[in-house]
Amino acid sequence: MEIKVLGSGCANCKRLYQFTLQAVSDLAIDAEVLYVTDMHAIADSGLMRTPGLIIDGKIVSYGRVSTVDEIKNLINKANI
Amino acid sequence: METIKIIFTWLNDQLLKMNWLQSLVNNFLSNVLGFDSESKIFDSVSFFMYDVIKILILLTVLIFISSYIQSYFSPERTRRILGKFKGVPANIIGALLGTVTPFCSCSSIPIFIGFTKAGLPIGVTFSFLISSPLVDLASVILLASIFNWRIAIAYVFVGLIIAVVGGSVISAFKMEKYVEDFVRDRTGLENSSDIIEYKMTRKERIRYALDQVKEIIKRVWVYIIIGVGIGAVIHGFIPEAFISLILGKENSFSVIIATLLGIPMYADIFGTLPIAEALVNKGVGIGTVLAFMMAVTALSLPSIVMLKKVIKTKLLMTFVGIVTIGIIVVGYLFNGFGFLFA
Repeated sequence: MEIKVLGSGCANCKRLYQFTLQAVSDLAIDAEVLYVTDMHAIADSGLMRTPGLIIDGKIVSYGRVSTVDEIKNLINKANI
Repeated sequence: METIKIIFTWLNDQLLKMNWLQSLVNNFLSNVLGFDSESKIFDSVSFFMYDVIKILILLTVLIFISSYIQSYFSPERTRRILGKFKGVPANIIGALLGTVTPFCSCSSIPIFIGFTKAGLPIGVTFSFLISSPLVDLASVILLASIFNWRIAIAYVFVGLIIAVVGGSVISAFKMEKYVEDFVRDRTGLENSSDIIEYKMTRKERIRYALDQVKEIIKRVWVYIIIGVGIGAVIHGFIPEAFISLILGKENSFSVIIATLLGIPMYADIFGTLPIAEALVNKGVGIGTVLAFMMAVTALSLPSIVMLKKVIKTKLLMTFVGIVTIGIIVVGYLFNGFGFLFA
């Protein structure tokens, strides 16, 4: 599983990245978490509000910092 | 009729201007802490405490209300609405939607990219980008609280005009080619179409609004403290003669000086309001003060640096130039017709 956190480097984006790392380690799953700040990549994702959370190429949350629990739910949903 | 007027004035004074808070603070300072109410330090400290508390109370309430309204206007929806209009009406709708769309400066670039990719004219996007930080519910109510309703309404009006005119000029110059190529290519549009349809429930909107309150207060409280601090020093200690020499009505360059001072500054409108208040109390023209506030909020070094990543220098210069000229013109107009707002 590949999880990407997209953001321009603002405080919220960093927080979402931390929460995502936390969620992945809590769930003890095999996932790669990437923090993407490249403008081109953000542009190509179609996101209009950062931070964005993308699991296996699908946008699952954007424009807000989801909590660790919410991220766990999103990961579990994507895993089915 | 008379009764309604009395009730309105009372509500305005107590809820918006918070006169009760002013007397509370003054009583606390002179009776509890034993300050001499005639001293300069009393003036400054009273201004500081009153303004910090007032702005924080108003801001909390206002951000909640405006975030709740904003939850109906996502950038995705704004983009769809804007796609239906053409020409100057599109600029006008863009400027109006800019006032209600949730937006923090770190999101301006993704929004710019998202709008441009979807094929919206660049001028319409700029109308949106100019009005968005400049005009919003919270700043309007705070202006009404610190000055009066006429100034607040006039501020909204000229803010929107700058946004519409600025965007229209950029459209007229056909500046599409000065956008970086990766912004114009249409990759990623297919993803964005499946994220737009999500509808929030009322509970989620309330949660969203509360989250916004927490987030915005966390982001801006430093600016408010600094802004009120500077305002308090101006209020109590800087001689009127000195300020009016630089920014006063007799100095015909005052508006230009205020605008150029404001452009590189990065602060929230909420931090600049107390400075504006203190300057007006020292006899600075309302136009000069508004020009300063608009320059601080509409243009800042960080936002210019961000925009540079997606547009080429020529368009960036045009954007900064138009907004600067617009602000200066508005400043002189307000100074010239200031008697209408007293």
